[in-house]
Amino acid sequence: MTILSVNDLKVDFDTPDGTVNAVKGVSFDIRAGECLGIVGESGSGKSQSFMAAMGLMPPNGRATGGVELQGEQILNLPVSKLNRIRGADVGMIFQDPLTALTPHLKIGEQMAEVLKVHKGLSGREARAQCLDWLDRVRIPEARRRLKQYPHELSGGMRQRVMIAQAMLCEPKLLIADEPTTALDVTVQAEVLDLMDRLKDELGTAIALITHDMGVVARMCDRIKVMRLGEFVEEGEAKAIFDAPSHAYTQRLLEAMPRIDKGEANRTETGEEILTVDDMKVHFPIRVEGGLFGRTVPLKAVNGVSFGLRAGETLGIVGESGCGKSTLARAVLRLVEPTDGTVSWFGKPLNQLDKKALKNERKDLQIVFQDPLASLDPRMTIADSIAEPLKTFRPELSKSERQAEVVAMMERVGLEREKYNRYPHELSGGQNQRVGIARAMINRPKLIICDEAVSALDVSIQAQIVTLLKELQAEFGMSMLFISHDLSVVREISNRIMVLYLGRVVEMGDADTICTAPVHPYTRSLISAVPIPDPVAERERARIRLPGELPSPLDPRAALRFLPSKLAAGEEDYVPRLTEVAPGHMVAEHDALEDIMAREKKAAA
Amino acid sequence: MALYVLRRLLVAIPTIMLLVVASFLMMHVAPGGPFTSERPLPPEVLANIEAQYGLDQPLWKQLWDYFYNIVVHFDFGPSFVQKDRSVNEIIANGFPISLTYGALSFLAATLVGVSLGITAAIRHNTWIDYVAVSLGIAAQALPNFIMGPILILTFTLWLGLLPGGGWNGGQWEYLIMPVIALSTSYMGSIARITRSSMLEVMNSNFIRTARAKGLPDRAIIWRHAMKPTLLPVISYLGPVFVYVLTGSVFVDLYFSTGGLGQSYVSSALTRDYAVLLGITILYGALTVIVNLLTDLAYAWFDPKIRY
Repeated sequence: MTILSVNDLKVDFDTPDGTVNAVKGVSFDIRAGECLGIVGESGSGKSQSFMAAMGLMPPNGRATGGVELQGEQILNLPVSKLNRIRGADVGMIFQDPLTALTPHLKIGEQMAEVLKVHKGLSGREARAQCLDWLDRVRIPEARRRLKQYPHELSGGMRQRVMIAQAMLCEPKLLIADEPTTALDVTVQAEVLDLMDRLKDELGTAIALITHDMGVVARMCDRIKVMRLGEFVEEGEAKAIFDAPSHAYTQRLLEAMPRIDKGEANRTETGEEILTVDDMKVHFPIRVEGGLFGRTVPLKAVNGVSFGLRAGETLGIVGESGCGKSTLARAVLRLVEPTDGTVSWFGKPLNQLDKKALKNERKDLQIVFQDPLASLDPRMTIADSIAEPLKTFRPELSKSERQAEVVAMMERVGLEREKYNRYPHELSGGQNQRVGIARAMINRPKLIICDEAVSALDVSIQAQIVTLLKELQAEFGMSMLFISHDLSVVREISNRIMVLYLGRVVEMGDADTICTAPVHPYTRSLISAVPIPDPVAERERARIRLPGELPSPLDPRAALRFLPSKLAAGEEDYVPRLTEVAPGHMVAEHDALEDIMAREKKAAA
Repeated sequence: MALYVLRRLLVAIPTIMLLVVASFLMMHVAPGGPFTSERPLPPEVLANIEAQYGLDQPLWKQLWDYFYNIVVHFDFGPSFVQKDRSVNEIIANGFPISLTYGALSFLAATLVGVSLGITAAIRHNTWIDYVAVSLGIAAQALPNFIMGPILILTFTLWLGLLPGGGWNGGQWEYLIMPVIALSTSYMGSIARITRSSMLEVMNSNFIRTARAKGLPDRAIIWRHAMKPTLLPVISYLGPVFVYVLTGSVFVDLYFSTGGLGQSYVSSALTRDYAVLLGITILYGALTVIVNLLTDLAYAWFDPKIRY
């Protein structure tokens, strides 16, 4: 049965620069109980098609064509009529669950509103239904959540609340707009499982809007590939993944890094240039207590040791809050480490005075996540790139400096015409090239990439990764590559270090970590990464660790994988790292079955 | 929460003491004193008077005596210029007047300003919005010392509707013009802040969610958008409340209302140390309390803030 039928939908926006055709006539049907994937990169118009269908465009938008919901025309209906459909027949969930819920209303209040406007329910009955749905989306301690505010829940839980809220009236269609993009992989896997179950149990049709081919492979029956406001390819998921016919789809699939495949990066055997020993970074956090409050240490990085060889790339992975970015910043002393030593070519980096440290910074560079925000908006890109030259090579004349900048711009793939442009005039990928050029201009010996490709579209991401690898081959710098995306990390790294709540749980060469992980945490992390291949993805066994990623302030959380020590009352126990194979370090842990059994017992 | 309030009040004590010491010292550093005049007094007479008010004592002693009298007797001392009047009396006379029309102006500015701002925002880019924005800018551009004479010209001299000045126990006819004069420009600012804040909130993700839930506009605006809209307004309202009380000197001048604003300025001009210090402490304490109330209001508007 067809739930939603879209016919030649066009969406235009009136802007000061003229009319922008965001969607140029798309047609599709969604049937009950199926998951339709709308895949495309940013600006392809995939979200706007659905926003227009539901009348949620900004005021300068215009939609033409036809949108039928169960045979009734709903496009451009007046808001009062649309309001009977939104939330009742069509539920919607969005990308960022942190901002998608009203911050000052309790979960129970926000959910009950839906029942009030669509079913006229309130009070005890509404509460019972909300509770029922919170249970159905598997939120632990559902009753307590009703009285909590959104900020008191984790990202994964907030997205579950969004789903529960959207499902309250058991809609025929659920529109999920990048529902898991802001979530950690393990949480993403759980949210996807949940949506899949709802689809099977209730026959809800799901429109899944995403840029992630891996998510599509796991979830979708049929796919529409969208580019610049048009569908370039459509069909059964399996057929498209097996034999993409359009060049754009082929490029998109090629650009997707895969956790399960990839040529092994060779092991670097150069001298060790950076040695970090027992690094600790603790932040004081104010908590209630006493007249003036008191502070407890948040152990963001809690005893991390590693070495980095010349020309080597070490990937650092872990979920949000594991301390990966803090670790990188502490290595460069952008935040002061609380304890531990950093040795850089034998020099103790953490004991250098300001002046000596500044001299070393010539060789220590970093590229950040948000390329636009990390460049000075009032400086031309050439000025930004030239700044390290002015600091470290003041003897250069103006024309020499200019020549260096132009050479580096061309090296990273920026045309020389862009010399006098400002960051806001460039795309995200171009700005990240500027960031890389600025970092590379003095030919540093170490570059830290802190989620440097995470904000970019898949195809741009692939280009930047290739660029970094080329630069490394040419200039021989070492890299610390930090990312929450394990597939990308695998592609670029020689070795990978897995962090969990400020500690190393596993470290080894990239292939071993991705294909034969040992630690339960690494195993669950790797098994949660979606693979852009519907067959392989659906056959894969997932290792689901029960419970959510715990708070770093919880003293018991650090020993989540050693419940036997917790049971013995040794809460301060520090798991030891053992070398299970040459170069493959694994933190002490209990057997996976024991951990699962204990967690289940605790939950019961 | 109670602990937080207690903590803030405890911190307020050294704050106000610091304020007193600073104002005390600044006044004494400035040349001249309450008894210097164009025709100098004979030195013996001057010494006599200064001794009477304790001005011959070393500074630290004067400061100590001042604090001592406040803490032990709640006595802010006699006025140096107005014979036979104490600072306590002057404040007791003037402050209720300032507080009455100040609080009324504050309420008027807030209510009208917020409503104007919200109306403009939800009718964004329509003629209602344009009218509201123009009104807001016009109001903002009219400070009270311009509004005062305009109002008197219009309502007293031309239309003959309202009395041109006086207080008369705060009857409504005497209140209207001071309140309008004092509130207009703040009303304009509040309207503009509310409008831009509301526009931003209406573009946020959770409003999109509320729309996607099928809520009517009324519920979206009142339940979902209102509190976040008012957050930046609140932080502006705190200082405004203190301004309407301290900035009332022109109102006192034009409408002869007899409030504290006039005493404040004249005490500074005539070096009436005791009155100046007394009113400074009053306003200082008021500022501290209003800031505390603002911070507590935040917690009500934004559950992320917990004390």
